[in-house]
Amino acid sequence: MSARHIMTAEEIRRATIRISHEIVEKQAGTSGLALVGIQRRGVPLARRIADAIAENEGSTVPVGALDITFYRDDLSLVAQQPVVKGTDLPFDLNGATVVLVDDVLYTGRTIRAAMDALVDFGRPQAIRLAVLVDRGHRELPIRADHVGKNVPTSREEVVRVHVAEIDGEDAVLIDRVVEAEPAAAPVG
Amino acid sequence: MTLTDRESDAPPAIAVPIVDSPPGEQPVGWPHRHLLDVDTVTWPEIELVMRTTDAMKEVLDRPIAKVPALRGVNVTILFYEASTRTRVSFEVAAKNLSADVVNIAAATSSVAKGESLVDTVRTVEALGAQILVMRHSVSGAPYLAAETFGGSVVNGGDGWHAHPTQALLDLYTMRAHLEGGSLEGRKVAILGDVLHSRVARSNIWTLTAAGADVWLCGPSTLLRGFEAWGLRGAADGRRFHVTSSVDDALRDADVVMALRIQKERMSSGLLPSLREYAARYGLTADRLAGARPGALVMHPGPMNEGVEIAPDVAAGAQSVVEEQVRNGVAVRMALLYLLAGARSS
Repeated sequence: MSARHIMTAEEIRRATIRISHEIVEKQAGTSGLALVGIQRRGVPLARRIADAIAENEGSTVPVGALDITFYRDDLSLVAQQPVVKGTDLPFDLNGATVVLVDDVLYTGRTIRAAMDALVDFGRPQAIRLAVLVDRGHRELPIRADHVGKNVPTSREEVVRVHVAEIDGEDAVLIDRVVEAEPAAAPVG
Repeated sequence: MTLTDRESDAPPAIAVPIVDSPPGEQPVGWPHRHLLDVDTVTWPEIELVMRTTDAMKEVLDRPIAKVPALRGVNVTILFYEASTRTRVSFEVAAKNLSADVVNIAAATSSVAKGESLVDTVRTVEALGAQILVMRHSVSGAPYLAAETFGGSVVNGGDGWHAHPTQALLDLYTMRAHLEGGSLEGRKVAILGDVLHSRVARSNIWTLTAAGADVWLCGPSTLLRGFEAWGLRGAADGRRFHVTSSVDDALRDADVVMALRIQKERMSSGLLPSLREYAARYGLTADRLAGARPGALVMHPGPMNEGVEIAPDVAAGAQSVVEEQVRNGVAVRMALLYLLAGARSS
Protein backbone atom coordinates (compact mmCIF):
# COMPACT_ATOMS: atom_id res chain seq x y z
CA MET A 1 0.00 0.00 0.00
CA SER A 2 1.63 3.22 -1.12
CA ALA A 3 0.42 6.51 0.31
CA ARG A 4 0.55 9.57 -1.94
CA HIS A 5 1.01 13.10 -0.57
CA ILE A 6 -1.73 15.47 -1.62
CA MET A 7 -0.79 18.35 0.70
CA THR A 8 2.58 19.20 2.19
CA ALA A 9 3.17 20.90 5.53
CA GLU A 10 3.67 24.21 3.74
CA GLU A 11 0.42 23.83 1.80
CA ILE A 12 -1.43 23.03 5.00
CA ARG A 13 0.04 26.14 6.63
CA ARG A 14 -1.04 28.38 3.74
CA ALA A 15 -4.51 26.81 3.58
CA THR A 16 -4.97 27.36 7.31
CA ILE A 17 -4.01 31.03 7.00
CA ARG A 18 -6.30 31.53 3.99
CA ILE A 19 -9.21 29.92 5.86
CA SER A 20 -8.57 32.21 8.83
CA HIS A 21 -8.82 35.25 6.52
CA GLU A 22 -11.99 33.92 4.91
CA ILE A 23 -13.65 33.35 8.28
CA VAL A 24 -12.91 36.91 9.43
CA GLU A 25 -14.00 38.35 6.07
CA LYS A 26 -17.31 36.48 6.13
CA GLN A 27 -17.99 37.58 9.72
CA ALA A 28 -16.77 41.14 8.99
CA GLY A 29 -14.54 40.97 12.04
CA THR A 30 -14.09 38.62 14.94
CA SER A 31 -16.95 39.75 17.15
CA GLY A 32 -19.20 36.88 18.23
CA LEU A 33 -16.93 34.36 16.54
CA ALA A 34 -16.04 31.00 18.11
CA LEU A 35 -14.14 28.04 16.68
CA VAL A 36 -15.07 24.47 17.56
CA GLY A 37 -12.76 21.67 16.49
CA ILE A 38 -14.21 18.20 16.02
CA GLN A 39 -12.23 15.51 17.85
CA ARG A 40 -9.66 14.53 17.08
CA ARG A 41 -7.74 16.33 14.33
CA GLY A 42 -10.20 19.18 13.99
CA VAL A 43 -9.11 20.44 17.42
CA PRO A 44 -5.47 21.30 16.60
CA LEU A 45 -6.62 22.72 13.24
CA ALA A 46 -9.11 24.99 15.05
CA ARG A 47 -6.32 26.18 17.37
CA ARG A 48 -4.09 26.99 14.40
CA ILE A 49 -6.86 28.98 12.72
CA ALA A 50 -7.42 30.87 16.00
CA ASP A 51 -3.67 31.56 16.22
CA ALA A 52 -3.66 32.89 12.64
CA ILE A 53 -6.65 35.12 13.41
CA ALA A 54 -4.90 36.41 16.53
CA GLU A 55 -1.81 37.21 14.48
CA ASN A 56 -3.69 38.98 11.68
CA GLU A 57 -6.46 40.70 13.61
CA GLY A 58 -4.94 41.02 17.06
CA SER A 59 -8.02 39.58 18.73
CA THR A 60 -8.54 36.28 20.47
CA VAL A 61 -11.26 33.93 19.27
CA PRO A 62 -12.39 31.25 21.74
CA VAL A 63 -11.67 27.64 20.74
CA GLY A 64 -13.58 24.59 21.89
CA ALA A 65 -13.40 20.84 21.31
CA LEU A 66 -16.40 18.72 20.36
CA ASP A 67 -16.63 14.94 20.63
CA ILE A 68 -19.46 13.69 18.41
CA THR A 69 -19.24 10.03 19.41
CA PHE A 70 -22.54 9.97 21.30
CA TYR A 71 -24.32 11.53 18.32
CA ARG A 72 -23.11 9.16 15.61
CA ASP A 73 -25.79 7.44 13.57
CA ASP A 74 -23.73 4.29 13.10
CA LEU A 75 -23.17 3.28 16.73
CA SER A 76 -25.21 0.13 16.15
CA LEU A 77 -23.13 -0.73 13.06
CA VAL A 78 -19.64 -0.62 14.54
CA ALA A 79 -18.22 -3.67 16.24
CA GLN A 80 -16.94 -1.82 19.30
CA GLN A 81 -17.79 1.53 20.73
CA PRO A 82 -15.43 4.30 19.68
CA VAL A 83 -13.28 5.71 22.46
CA VAL A 84 -14.73 8.99 23.68
CA LYS A 85 -12.23 11.85 23.67
CA GLY A 86 -14.20 14.53 25.43
CA THR A 87 -16.03 17.76 24.80
CA ASP A 88 -14.90 21.14 26.11
CA LEU A 89 -16.83 24.25 25.10
CA PRO A 90 -15.61 26.95 27.49
CA PHE A 91 -17.84 29.74 26.16
CA ASP A 92 -21.51 30.58 25.69
CA LEU A 93 -22.81 29.34 22.36
CA ASN A 94 -26.00 31.37 22.50
CA GLY A 95 -25.88 34.02 19.80
CA ALA A 96 -22.34 33.13 18.73
CA THR A 97 -21.23 32.39 15.17
CA VAL A 98 -19.68 28.96 15.53
CA VAL A 99 -17.23 27.74 12.93
CA LEU A 100 -16.94 23.94 13.07
CA VAL A 101 -13.47 22.79 12.07
CA ASP A 102 -12.67 19.27 10.86
CA ASP A 103 -9.88 17.65 8.90
CA VAL A 104 -11.80 15.81 6.16
CA LEU A 105 -15.32 16.34 4.82
CA TYR A 106 -16.61 13.10 3.30
CA THR A 107 -20.16 11.75 3.79
CA GLY A 108 -21.23 14.70 5.96
CA ARG A 109 -22.43 12.41 8.75
CA THR A 110 -19.85 13.68 11.23
CA ILE A 111 -20.99 17.25 10.58
CA ARG A 112 -24.65 16.25 10.99
CA ALA A 113 -23.71 14.69 14.35
CA ALA A 114 -21.65 17.75 15.30
CA MET A 115 -24.56 20.11 14.63
CA ASP A 116 -26.86 17.93 16.73
CA ALA A 117 -24.31 17.97 19.55
CA LEU A 118 -23.75 21.71 19.28
CA VAL A 119 -27.41 22.70 19.56
CA ASP A 120 -27.65 20.73 22.83
CA PHE A 121 -25.29 23.33 24.30
CA GLY A 122 -27.15 26.42 23.14
CA ARG A 123 -28.54 28.27 20.15
CA PRO A 124 -25.77 29.70 17.99
CA GLN A 125 -26.62 32.62 15.70
CA ALA A 126 -25.02 30.67 12.85
CA ILE A 127 -22.99 27.50 12.32
CA ARG A 128 -20.37 27.46 9.58
CA LEU A 129 -18.01 24.74 8.46
CA ALA A 130 -14.29 24.86 7.71
CA VAL A 131 -12.41 21.74 6.55
CA LEU A 132 -8.87 21.13 5.44
CA VAL A 133 -9.88 18.62 2.75
CA ASP A 134 -13.18 18.09 0.96
CA ARG A 135 -13.06 14.69 -0.70
CA GLY A 136 -16.65 14.58 -1.99
CA HIS A 137 -19.15 11.67 -1.80
CA ARG A 138 -21.67 13.46 0.41
CA GLU A 139 -24.57 11.40 1.75
CA LEU A 140 -26.31 14.37 3.37
CA PRO A 141 -27.13 17.88 2.13
CA ILE A 142 -24.11 19.51 3.78
CA ARG A 143 -21.40 21.72 2.28
CA ALA A 144 -18.34 23.47 3.69
CA ASP A 145 -18.04 27.28 3.83
CA HIS A 146 -14.25 27.19 3.89
CA VAL A 147 -12.17 24.47 2.23
CA GLY A 148 -8.39 24.06 2.30
CA LYS A 149 -8.32 21.80 -0.75
CA ASN A 150 -10.88 19.99 -2.85
CA VAL A 151 -9.64 16.49 -3.63
CA PRO A 152 -11.59 14.29 -6.04
CA THR A 153 -11.42 10.76 -4.66
CA SER A 154 -13.00 7.39 -5.18
CA ARG A 155 -14.75 5.62 -2.33
CA GLU A 156 -12.04 2.98 -2.40
CA GLU A 157 -9.51 5.55 -1.27
CA VAL A 158 -8.70 6.75 2.23
CA VAL A 159 -7.66 10.31 2.96
CA ARG A 160 -5.50 10.71 6.05
CA VAL A 161 -4.67 14.06 7.58
CA HIS A 162 -1.59 14.11 9.80
CA VAL A 163 -1.09 17.02 12.17
CA ALA A 164 2.09 17.64 14.09
CA GLU A 165 0.25 17.89 17.44
CA ILE A 166 -0.99 14.29 17.16
CA ASP A 167 1.01 12.55 14.42
CA GLY A 168 4.36 14.34 14.67
CA GLU A 169 4.14 15.78 11.14
CA ASP A 170 1.86 17.84 8.91
CA ALA A 171 0.70 16.06 5.77
CA VAL A 172 -2.37 14.96 3.86
CA LEU A 173 -2.05 11.49 2.36
CA ILE A 174 -4.23 9.44 0.09
CA ASP A 175 -4.22 5.65 0.14
CA ARG A 176 -5.95 2.99 -1.82
CA VAL A 177 -7.81 0.78 0.60
CA VAL A 178 -6.47 -2.70 1.06
CA GLU A 179 -7.87 -3.48 4.47
CA ALA A 180 -11.00 -2.25 6.20
CA GLU A 181 -10.73 0.96 8.13
CA PRO A 182 -10.50 0.55 11.89
CA ALA A 183 -13.85 0.60 13.66
CA ALA A 184 -13.05 3.79 15.53
CA ALA A 185 -12.19 5.76 12.39
CA PRO A 186 -14.23 8.93 11.97
CA VAL A 187 -17.22 8.55 9.70
CA GLY A 188 -17.02 11.94 8.03
CA MET B 1 -25.73 -24.98 36.32
CA THR B 2 -27.27 -25.22 39.75
CA LEU B 3 -27.68 -22.19 41.88
CA THR B 4 -26.55 -22.35 45.44
CA ASP B 5 -26.37 -19.43 47.78
CA ARG B 6 -22.87 -18.53 48.78
CA GLU B 7 -23.96 -18.81 52.38
CA SER B 8 -22.95 -22.46 52.31
CA ASP B 9 -19.94 -21.96 50.06
CA ALA B 10 -16.46 -20.73 50.66
CA PRO B 11 -15.82 -17.37 48.98
CA PRO B 12 -15.11 -17.82 45.27
CA ALA B 13 -11.58 -18.73 44.36
CA ILE B 14 -9.52 -16.29 42.35
CA ALA B 15 -10.19 -17.36 38.80
CA VAL B 16 -8.91 -15.12 36.05
CA PRO B 17 -6.29 -12.62 37.15
CA ILE B 18 -6.58 -9.03 36.08
CA VAL B 19 -3.67 -8.47 33.76
CA ASP B 20 -1.50 -5.41 34.04
CA SER B 21 -1.68 -2.71 31.42
CA PRO B 22 1.10 -3.13 28.90
CA PRO B 23 3.05 0.15 28.91
CA GLY B 24 2.46 2.41 25.94
CA GLU B 25 -0.26 0.22 24.45
CA GLN B 26 -3.17 1.74 22.56
CA PRO B 27 -6.42 1.91 24.50
CA VAL B 28 -8.31 -1.34 24.27
CA GLY B 29 -11.88 -1.79 23.18
CA TRP B 30 -14.59 -3.34 25.29
CA PRO B 31 -14.91 -7.01 24.33
CA HIS B 32 -17.44 -8.22 26.91
CA ARG B 33 -21.07 -8.91 26.05
CA HIS B 34 -22.06 -9.15 29.70
CA LEU B 35 -20.89 -7.48 32.90
CA LEU B 36 -21.36 -10.13 35.56
CA ASP B 37 -18.37 -9.36 37.76
CA VAL B 38 -15.08 -7.48 37.50
CA ASP B 39 -12.95 -10.64 37.79
CA THR B 40 -12.82 -11.18 34.02
CA VAL B 41 -12.23 -7.53 33.19
CA THR B 42 -8.63 -6.60 32.40
CA TRP B 43 -6.90 -3.55 33.79
CA PRO B 44 -6.75 -1.76 30.39
CA GLU B 45 -10.51 -2.35 30.11
CA ILE B 46 -11.02 -0.83 33.56
CA GLU B 47 -8.99 2.18 32.41
CA LEU B 48 -11.31 2.41 29.39
CA VAL B 49 -14.33 2.43 31.71
CA MET B 50 -12.70 5.19 33.80
CA ARG B 51 -11.97 7.34 30.74
CA THR B 52 -15.46 6.81 29.34
CA THR B 53 -16.84 7.78 32.76
CA ASP B 54 -14.91 11.07 32.54
CA ALA B 55 -16.74 11.79 29.28
CA MET B 56 -20.08 10.88 30.89
CA LYS B 57 -19.37 13.25 33.79
CA GLU B 58 -18.94 16.00 31.21
CA VAL B 59 -22.32 15.04 29.70
CA LEU B 60 -23.91 15.27 33.16
CA ASP B 61 -22.57 18.84 33.50
CA ARG B 62 -24.23 19.97 30.26
CA PRO B 63 -27.30 22.20 30.23
CA ILE B 64 -29.14 19.27 28.63
CA ALA B 65 -27.63 16.19 30.28
CA LYS B 66 -28.75 13.84 27.56
CA VAL B 67 -27.08 12.36 24.49
CA PRO B 68 -28.63 10.10 21.83
CA ALA B 69 -25.99 7.34 22.01
CA LEU B 70 -28.41 4.53 23.01
CA ARG B 71 -31.45 5.74 21.11
CA GLY B 72 -33.71 2.78 20.33
CA VAL B 73 -31.95 0.45 22.78
CA ASN B 74 -34.24 -1.25 25.29
CA VAL B 75 -32.73 -1.39 28.78
CA THR B 76 -34.84 -3.58 31.06
CA ILE B 77 -34.22 -3.33 34.78
CA LEU B 78 -35.27 -6.49 36.62
CA PHE B 79 -34.77 -6.31 40.37
CA TYR B 80 -35.63 -9.24 42.65
CA GLU B 81 -34.30 -7.40 45.68
CA ALA B 82 -35.04 -4.05 47.27
CA SER B 83 -32.97 -1.15 45.99
CA THR B 84 -33.21 2.60 45.65
CA ARG B 85 -29.88 3.97 44.53
CA THR B 86 -28.73 1.19 42.20
CA ARG B 87 -32.06 0.80 40.42
CA VAL B 88 -32.66 4.54 40.05
CA SER B 89 -29.00 5.06 39.10
CA PHE B 90 -29.29 2.57 36.23
CA GLU B 91 -32.58 4.10 35.16
CA VAL B 92 -31.20 7.66 35.13
CA ALA B 93 -28.04 6.46 33.36
CA ALA B 94 -30.03 4.70 30.64
CA LYS B 95 -32.35 7.68 30.18
CA ASN B 96 -29.40 10.09 29.92
CA LEU B 97 -28.25 8.00 26.96
CA SER B 98 -31.76 8.14 25.42
CA ALA B 99 -32.41 4.41 25.89
CA ASP B 100 -35.94 3.09 26.39
CA VAL B 101 -36.20 1.95 29.99
CA VAL B 102 -38.50 -0.80 31.26
CA ASN B 103 -38.64 -1.31 35.01
CA ILE B 104 -39.74 -4.61 36.53
CA ALA B 105 -40.03 -5.10 40.26
CA ALA B 106 -40.19 -8.81 40.96
CA ALA B 107 -42.65 -8.35 43.81
CA THR B 108 -45.33 -6.99 41.44
CA SER B 109 -44.49 -9.18 38.42
CA SER B 110 -45.38 -12.74 37.47
CA VAL B 111 -42.44 -13.83 39.61
CA ALA B 112 -44.89 -13.53 42.49
CA LYS B 113 -46.99 -16.18 40.68
CA GLY B 114 -44.07 -18.55 40.59
CA GLU B 115 -42.52 -17.83 37.19
CA SER B 116 -38.94 -19.11 37.04
CA LEU B 117 -35.98 -16.84 36.44
CA VAL B 118 -35.30 -18.41 33.04
CA ASP B 119 -38.92 -17.97 31.94
CA THR B 120 -38.92 -14.36 33.11
CA VAL B 121 -35.72 -13.69 31.17
CA ARG B 122 -37.22 -15.27 28.03
CA THR B 123 -40.34 -13.17 28.49
CA VAL B 124 -38.52 -9.85 28.85
CA GLU B 125 -36.39 -10.71 25.84
CA ALA B 126 -39.54 -11.43 23.81
CA LEU B 127 -40.80 -8.03 24.97
CA GLY B 128 -37.76 -6.38 23.43
CA ALA B 129 -35.13 -6.23 26.17
CA GLN B 130 -31.63 -5.77 24.74
CA ILE B 131 -29.70 -4.93 27.89
CA LEU B 132 -30.93 -6.62 31.05
CA VAL B 133 -29.87 -5.07 34.34
CA MET B 134 -30.55 -7.56 37.05
CA ARG B 135 -30.40 -7.84 40.82
CA HIS B 136 -31.04 -11.10 42.60
CA SER B 137 -30.64 -12.38 46.15
CA VAL B 138 -29.10 -15.63 44.90
CA SER B 139 -25.41 -15.53 44.05
CA GLY B 140 -24.85 -16.53 40.43
CA ALA B 141 -28.39 -15.78 39.22
CA PRO B 142 -27.19 -13.28 36.54
CA TYR B 143 -24.88 -15.99 35.16
CA LEU B 144 -27.91 -18.23 34.66
CA ALA B 145 -29.78 -15.34 33.03
CA ALA B 146 -26.81 -14.70 30.73
CA GLU B 147 -26.98 -18.30 29.47
CA THR B 148 -30.54 -17.72 28.28
CA PHE B 149 -30.62 -14.05 27.35
CA GLY B 150 -29.71 -13.04 23.79
CA GLY B 151 -28.56 -9.54 24.71
CA SER B 152 -26.29 -8.20 27.44
CA VAL B 153 -26.75 -8.93 31.13
CA VAL B 154 -25.49 -6.42 33.69
CA ASN B 155 -25.19 -7.65 37.24
CA GLY B 156 -26.72 -5.06 39.57
CA GLY B 157 -25.82 -7.20 42.58
CA ASP B 158 -26.22 -10.95 43.14
CA GLY B 159 -26.43 -12.38 46.65
CA TRP B 160 -23.11 -12.18 48.41
CA HIS B 161 -21.19 -12.59 45.22
CA ALA B 162 -20.65 -9.51 43.11
CA HIS B 163 -21.63 -5.89 42.50
CA PRO B 164 -19.36 -4.86 39.63
CA THR B 165 -20.81 -1.42 38.92
CA GLN B 166 -20.40 -0.47 42.60
CA ALA B 167 -16.75 -1.54 42.56
CA LEU B 168 -16.13 0.53 39.43
CA LEU B 169 -17.82 3.64 40.83
CA ASP B 170 -15.87 3.23 44.08
CA LEU B 171 -12.64 2.99 42.11
CA TYR B 172 -13.60 6.06 40.08
CA THR B 173 -14.43 8.05 43.22
CA MET B 174 -11.14 7.11 44.91
CA ARG B 175 -9.08 7.99 41.85
CA ALA B 176 -10.80 11.37 41.62
CA HIS B 177 -9.65 12.23 45.14
CA LEU B 178 -6.25 10.58 45.51
CA GLU B 179 -3.27 12.59 44.41
CA GLY B 180 -2.05 11.49 41.00
CA GLY B 181 -5.30 9.59 40.41
CA SER B 182 -3.64 6.32 41.35
CA LEU B 183 -4.25 3.73 44.05
CA GLU B 184 -0.78 2.25 43.76
CA GLY B 185 0.45 1.66 47.31
CA ARG B 186 -2.59 3.33 48.88
CA LYS B 187 -4.12 1.72 51.92
CA VAL B 188 -7.84 0.98 51.64
CA ALA B 189 -9.62 -0.31 54.75
CA ILE B 190 -12.95 -2.08 54.21
CA LEU B 191 -14.70 -2.22 57.54
CA GLY B 192 -17.75 -4.17 58.60
CA ASP B 193 -19.89 -7.02 57.32
CA VAL B 194 -17.45 -8.37 54.76
CA LEU B 195 -19.00 -11.85 54.85
CA HIS B 196 -22.32 -10.87 53.28
CA SER B 197 -20.88 -8.12 51.10
CA ARG B 198 -20.92 -8.43 47.32
CA VAL B 199 -19.57 -4.86 47.34
CA ALA B 200 -16.45 -5.99 49.20
CA ARG B 201 -15.96 -9.06 46.99
CA SER B 202 -16.05 -7.01 43.77
CA ASN B 203 -13.99 -4.20 45.28
CA ILE B 204 -11.22 -6.61 46.23
CA TRP B 205 -10.70 -7.43 42.54
CA THR B 206 -10.50 -3.86 41.30
CA LEU B 207 -8.60 -2.38 44.25
CA THR B 208 -5.91 -5.06 44.37
CA ALA B 209 -5.58 -4.83 40.58
CA ALA B 210 -5.10 -1.07 40.98
CA GLY B 211 -2.19 -1.80 43.31
CA ALA B 212 -3.92 -0.78 46.54
CA ASP B 213 -3.11 -2.35 49.89
CA VAL B 214 -6.52 -3.72 50.88
CA TRP B 215 -7.36 -4.35 54.54
CA LEU B 216 -10.55 -6.22 55.39
CA CYS B 217 -11.70 -5.66 58.94
CA GLY B 218 -14.58 -6.93 61.04
CA PRO B 219 -15.49 -9.46 63.70
CA SER B 220 -13.96 -12.83 62.82
CA THR B 221 -17.45 -14.27 62.28
CA LEU B 222 -17.91 -11.77 59.43
CA LEU B 223 -14.52 -12.48 57.83
CA ARG B 224 -14.97 -16.24 57.53
CA GLY B 225 -13.15 -17.65 54.51
CA PHE B 226 -11.34 -14.47 53.57
CA GLU B 227 -7.98 -15.50 55.06
CA ALA B 228 -7.77 -18.25 52.46
CA TRP B 229 -8.74 -15.82 49.72
CA GLY B 230 -6.12 -13.41 51.02
CA LEU B 231 -3.42 -16.07 50.75
CA ARG B 232 -4.41 -16.86 47.18
CA GLY B 233 -4.36 -13.17 46.37
CA ALA B 234 -0.93 -12.71 47.95
CA ALA B 235 0.35 -15.50 45.73
CA ASP B 236 -0.83 -13.42 42.73
CA GLY B 237 1.10 -10.42 44.01
CA ARG B 238 -1.97 -8.67 45.38
CA ARG B 239 -1.72 -6.74 48.63
CA PHE B 240 -4.47 -8.02 50.86
CA HIS B 241 -4.81 -8.22 54.65
CA VAL B 242 -7.49 -9.60 56.94
CA THR B 243 -7.75 -8.42 60.53
CA SER B 244 -10.19 -8.02 63.38
CA SER B 245 -8.27 -5.05 64.77
CA VAL B 246 -9.91 -1.77 63.74
CA ASP B 247 -6.82 0.16 64.83
CA ASP B 248 -4.53 -1.92 62.57
CA ALA B 249 -6.90 -1.64 59.63
CA LEU B 250 -7.38 2.12 59.91
CA ARG B 251 -3.82 3.10 60.77
CA ASP B 252 -2.63 5.54 58.07
CA ALA B 253 -5.39 4.40 55.72
CA ASP B 254 -6.03 6.60 52.68
CA VAL B 255 -9.58 5.34 52.25
CA VAL B 256 -11.98 3.90 54.82
CA MET B 257 -15.02 2.13 53.43
CA ALA B 258 -17.70 1.14 55.92
CA LEU B 259 -20.05 -1.68 54.93
CA ARG B 260 -23.66 -2.03 55.94
CA ILE B 261 -24.54 -4.62 58.56
CA GLN B 262 -26.89 -6.76 56.48
CA LYS B 263 -29.47 -7.63 59.05
CA GLU B 264 -31.64 -9.33 56.42
CA ARG B 265 -28.86 -11.80 55.62
CA MET B 266 -27.70 -12.31 59.20
CA SER B 267 -28.25 -15.74 60.67
CA SER B 268 -28.13 -15.95 64.44
CA GLY B 269 -24.84 -16.21 66.24
CA LEU B 270 -22.75 -14.04 63.93
CA LEU B 271 -23.07 -10.93 66.10
CA PRO B 272 -23.86 -10.67 69.81
CA SER B 273 -25.82 -7.45 69.24
CA LEU B 274 -25.86 -4.41 67.00
CA ARG B 275 -25.00 -2.27 70.00
CA GLU B 276 -21.87 -4.27 70.70
CA TYR B 277 -20.95 -4.20 67.03
CA ALA B 278 -21.32 -0.42 66.93
CA ALA B 279 -19.17 -0.05 70.04
CA ARG B 280 -16.37 -2.29 68.78
CA TYR B 281 -16.40 -1.82 65.00
CA GLY B 282 -18.44 1.29 64.21
CA LEU B 283 -16.62 3.98 62.23
CA THR B 284 -16.48 6.88 64.67
CA ALA B 285 -14.59 10.17 64.52
CA ASP B 286 -12.15 8.85 67.15
CA ARG B 287 -11.32 5.77 65.12
CA LEU B 288 -11.13 7.77 61.89
CA ALA B 289 -8.48 9.96 63.54
CA GLY B 290 -6.13 6.96 63.26
CA ALA B 291 -6.31 7.11 59.48
CA ARG B 292 -4.30 9.49 57.30
CA PRO B 293 -5.51 13.10 57.75
CA GLY B 294 -8.18 13.78 55.14
CA ALA B 295 -8.72 10.08 54.43
CA LEU B 296 -11.78 9.42 52.30
CA VAL B 297 -14.84 8.01 54.04
CA MET B 298 -16.98 5.86 51.80
CA HIS B 299 -20.10 3.73 52.17
CA PRO B 300 -21.98 1.88 49.42
CA GLY B 301 -25.30 2.66 51.11
CA PRO B 302 -27.85 2.38 52.45
CA MET B 303 -26.29 3.37 55.77
CA ASN B 304 -27.30 2.23 59.23
CA GLU B 305 -26.14 5.40 60.92
CA GLY B 306 -25.08 4.75 64.48
CA VAL B 307 -24.27 1.11 63.69
CA GLU B 308 -21.45 0.71 61.17
CA ILE B 309 -20.90 4.45 60.78
CA ALA B 310 -21.46 7.35 63.17
CA PRO B 311 -23.80 10.07 61.83
CA ASP B 312 -21.16 12.81 62.22
CA VAL B 313 -18.67 10.76 60.16
CA ALA B 314 -21.25 9.89 57.51
CA ALA B 315 -22.05 13.57 57.01
CA GLY B 316 -18.55 14.83 57.80
CA ALA B 317 -16.08 16.71 55.62
CA GLN B 318 -14.21 13.53 54.69
CA SER B 319 -17.31 11.71 53.52
CA VAL B 320 -17.75 11.20 49.76
CA VAL B 321 -20.89 9.09 50.11
CA GLU B 322 -23.07 11.41 48.03
CA GLU B 323 -20.36 11.74 45.42
CA GLN B 324 -20.32 7.94 45.14
CA VAL B 325 -24.01 8.13 44.24
CA ARG B 326 -23.40 10.86 41.63
CA ASN B 327 -20.45 9.01 40.11
CA GLY B 328 -22.59 5.89 40.00
CA VAL B 329 -24.75 7.43 37.30
CA ALA B 330 -21.71 8.33 35.17
CA VAL B 331 -20.06 4.91 35.59
CA ARG B 332 -23.29 3.13 34.65
CA MET B 333 -23.70 5.38 31.60
CA ALA B 334 -20.18 4.40 30.56
CA LEU B 335 -20.87 0.70 31.02
CA LEU B 336 -24.21 0.76 29.21
CA TYR B 337 -22.54 2.63 26.36
CA LEU B 338 -19.66 0.16 26.12
CA LEU B 339 -21.95 -2.88 26.41
CA ALA B 340 -24.25 -1.55 23.68
CA GLY B 341 -21.29 -1.70 21.31
CA ALA B 342 -20.32 -5.22 22.32
CA ARG B 343 -23.97 -6.28 22.00
CA SER B 344 -24.21 -5.21 18.38
CA SER B 345 -21.07 -7.02 17.28
